Amino acid sequence: MTTLNVRVWRGNEDGEFVSYEVPRHASQTVLDVVTYIQRNLEPDLGYRFACRVGMCGSCAMTVNGKARWTCRTHVSKVVENDALEIAPLSNMPVIKDLAADMTTFFDKWSAAKGQFKGNQTRHDEFATVEPGSPERQAVDAGIECIGCGVCYASCDVVTWRPDYLGPAALNRAWTLVNDVRDVRGAERLRAVAGDAGCHSCHTQGSCTERCPKQLAPTAGIAGLKRKVAKAAIKGEL
Amino acid sequence: MSQSLSVVTQAKLWYWQRISAMVLALCVIVHLVGIIMAVRGGLSGAEVLARTQGNWLFGAFYAVFVLASTVHVPIGLMRIAEEWLGWRSRSVVIAAWLFAALLAFAGLRAVYAVVMPGGAA
Repeated sequence: MTTLNVRVWRGNEDGEFVSYEVPRHASQTVLDVVTYIQRNLEPDLGYRFACRVGMCGSCAMTVNGKARWTCRTHVSKVVENDALEIAPLSNMPVIKDLAADMTTFFDKWSAAKGQFKGNQTRHDEFATVEPGSPERQAVDAGIECIGCGVCYASCDVVTWRPDYLGPAALNRAWTLVNDVRDVRGAERLRAVAGDAGCHSCHTQGSCTERCPKQLAPTAGIAGLKRKVAKAAIKGEL
Repeated sequence: MSQSLSVVTQAKLWYWQRISAMVLALCVIVHLVGIIMAVRGGLSGAEVLARTQGNWLFGAFYAVFVLASTVHVPIGLMRIAEEWLGWRSRSVVIAAWLFAALLAFAGLRAVYAVVMPGGAA
């Protein structure tokens, strides 16, 4: 049986990588490796996970330099010379070991007006949203985000501009801008405009490249730029 | 958030940046094709001026080229200054305007010089 040489980040921001030997198994995921270390080698290793099947978005970490869901990443897909390097997500403060502080990440969803607000009550008829309409299609393209933070950790603009809202929050805003039932259109466009918002995006596409759900925040952000520009020209911003 | 520009202004700047980029894309292609065609077999300064002086279509094209650059370049430089240097105060906007004025002056003066009969003399 071969073994994996796994370097795992230990401590907070001032921590260091510590090496562990982990038995290699068939169909082993990176989350399996982390769990093995915690259960057998380092009982106080801190990390997050919940569903183990790619639904909850809590187990994202930096694996061999790239942000990934550890539960849906087979070791065979990322291992290099029987070695793995596992670190917490980038662009977020480290709480402990592999657990990153996602507070700012989610605060930015709120800052980008990521909450739905309608003007109908339970006494009104159901809203009709045509499935084939361009708006609904745009919503469909971005709505499956589960907030794992992989795009945010992969975004270079977030790295050099910590106040940038980031791909996930802007993707959320884009789905709401296209929601025909929502009534906070102009307010939301104001919130996502400017150089801490959509205009900071360099269209490098790391978010789109790394998104485990194959969403395209880059496309949504480009859409926001167009919507914001139209609103500004019409004086509605 | 930029301290010196409102989000409305930033959105409009993005729009102008886009429009000017479209104009520039066309201008650059025409410009490069023009150069390649013109210099086949060698070309002297006098021959260039013989073609350009009094050529108002040439003058109009390059005037548009200069104006598109005047819009595009200062906005881009301001963005780079904001992002790379953290220069976000009102002074960066003033610097961008001054650079726009410089570009417009230098560019239009050059166009004038090669188009006006006797302008380059």
